[in-house]
Amino acid sequence: MQFLFKTSYNDDIRFLARTGEKVRVALVIALLLAAPLMLQDYYLTELGLLLVYAIAGVGLMILTGHTGQVSFGHAGFLGIGAYAHSILMSHGVPFSLSIVLTITLAGLVGMAIGRSASRMHGFYLAIATLAFGILIETVFGEWTGLTGGYMGLAVPALKVFGIPLVQAWQQYYLDVVLALLVVWGASNLFRSPTGRSFVAVRDSELSARCLGVNVEWVKIQAFGVSAAITGLAGALLAHHLTYLAPDVFGVLESLKLMLMIVVGGMGSILGAVLGAIFISILPVALSFLKDVLPPSIGQQAGLEPLLFGVIIVIVIVFEPLGIYGRWMKLRFFFETFPYYRKSSFVRQKSYLKTERMR
Amino acid sequence: MLPLNDVIHLAITGVAQGCAYGLIALGFVLIYKATEVVNFAHGEFMMLGAFAVLAFSEALGWGFWPAFVLGCLSIATVGYLVDAQIMRRIIGESQASVFILTVAFGFIFRALAGMIFGWNTRSLDTPFDGKIAIGSLVEINMDRVAIIIATVVLVAAVYLFFGRTRFGIAMQAASQNQLAAYYMGIPVKRLVSLTWAIGAFIAAAAGALLAPVTQIDTTIGFLGIKALAGAIVGGFGSIPGALLGCLLIGVIEPFADYYLPGIKGVSAYVVLLIVLFVRPEGLIVQTYQKKV
Repeated sequence: MQFLFKTSYNDDIRFLARTGEKVRVALVIALLLAAPLMLQDYYLTELGLLLVYAIAGVGLMILTGHTGQVSFGHAGFLGIGAYAHSILMSHGVPFSLSIVLTITLAGLVGMAIGRSASRMHGFYLAIATLAFGILIETVFGEWTGLTGGYMGLAVPALKVFGIPLVQAWQQYYLDVVLALLVVWGASNLFRSPTGRSFVAVRDSELSARCLGVNVEWVKIQAFGVSAAITGLAGALLAHHLTYLAPDVFGVLESLKLMLMIVVGGMGSILGAVLGAIFISILPVALSFLKDVLPPSIGQQAGLEPLLFGVIIVIVIVFEPLGIYGRWMKLRFFFETFPYYRKSSFVRQKSYLKTERMR
Repeated sequence: MLPLNDVIHLAITGVAQGCAYGLIALGFVLIYKATEVVNFAHGEFMMLGAFAVLAFSEALGWGFWPAFVLGCLSIATVGYLVDAQIMRRIIGESQASVFILTVAFGFIFRALAGMIFGWNTRSLDTPFDGKIAIGSLVEINMDRVAIIIATVVLVAAVYLFFGRTRFGIAMQAASQNQLAAYYMGIPVKRLVSLTWAIGAFIAAAAGALLAPVTQIDTTIGFLGIKALAGAIVGGFGSIPGALLGCLLIGVIEPFADYYLPGIKGVSAYVVLLIVLFVRPEGLIVQTYQKKV
């Protein structure tokens, strides 16, 4: 066990309290910054894409993991971000302004959805967001004048403050900076009253309301913040895709985002990032698996979705807190060595939590 | 404007389609009432049911009806096992996890069906061919009539089962208050699994009956999402409401596709969103504010 001795009031406010945390965060940032020296362009682009998905994951995590509002239509916000940014850029709006406008637009759409969603709960919300996801894909496809419809839309070249970013490492650094900002901002959010009220609403709407939290407004805020962050991810994603088509932002993409935060670990920002890493490694692992397995199994057409599904089932049934939960247990094991017992993390038996009374 | 006989034709097609949605929704609602789990993989039960009936009728060669019964029973077994082996473990988890789990089942079922039965579109021979003429205006295909009749029969059977039999009343008790049902000596776990089996059975029956209309391939399970939309429009907590909502969606769809080609295929979701925005709890409210 590590004891924290607090010697000043600043110790309470400090963002990273433990030495170990500081070292780990510094190490990760150093590795991220040094990556262009070590990796080829292809891997650098993949790493940039991973960071973009991490941003989107953080966005969804704030909504689903921290506020408890399920969204099966988050790829819609990703799409709004991507399309709005590309359309603005192609009309000559500079990158920095366009990003700000995109985030605002996505946030406003999110708040509008949140406004209606704040009165729904449980699976009504899940279905409503699913319907939103399906409809927004149709809108992208049918609004030919603006989005180019199913023919697609070319994304303008990346240019920040008049400097064209053409090299892989330049775009990568843009992704790194924004991803770090989002992760830092999101983890700070949950040290603030606003973020705490999000978590309070997740844990019990009733107790939150009793403590004076305006539940409806919290849900609107959560949808707004979440959609804004996801919109930012969409704008960055557009530059990675270079060509936008409506079906990229369909229901499957929403499910992929959901898979990310479930596997990563619900209710932690780190979990969203871990989930993004998992999602990026999965295709590589699958293609490796296809080579190893005998062709009669390895070449089956449905192998990928099958494993996709099986992994989700295994994670939810055996490790509901995902990779993050596993990491916490591992850390606990070493910190309390040799006192870790099988029963240290036994899950409580629980009854059905009814949604009919709320 | 459409001529009258086309209107009637579209309407009857819509009713048949709505009945098919209604059969799937019946399973959704039963499972929801028993466990408060919304099974997003229910459409996949329907798809598996269609494939199972097809496989039995091809393998045994005894014609449609024995294959129909065997296929539906085997899918009911799958439903029972899904609950007994997996869903039971995650009682009390957050709703988000449960939703995602059932969505994952959808992926697994689709992939398995593709691997076992092939990815091509197949067709099933049913005894329902030919047409029925109503008056001199319209004639409808027998397969659609079969769906409507089957819906009426199955709904009546479910109604009688839950109202009149010991099992059904015990299931109602378990769905109203699980803990109290335990104290009364009702085997809640087994009944919940049985509810899953019944839901899967009805979905499989719907799949087999829909087979001549939609053909069979691994993607027909997506009809389940529309059935869910219909059930929500009507009110998820009550079976008549859900059936009514499904009929509504089924009838609106062909007309919307005709008059508003821009939203072809997604009109069900438009209706759903409008209903949810106006009445966020569905048309028939089923949740109550907790009093402290």
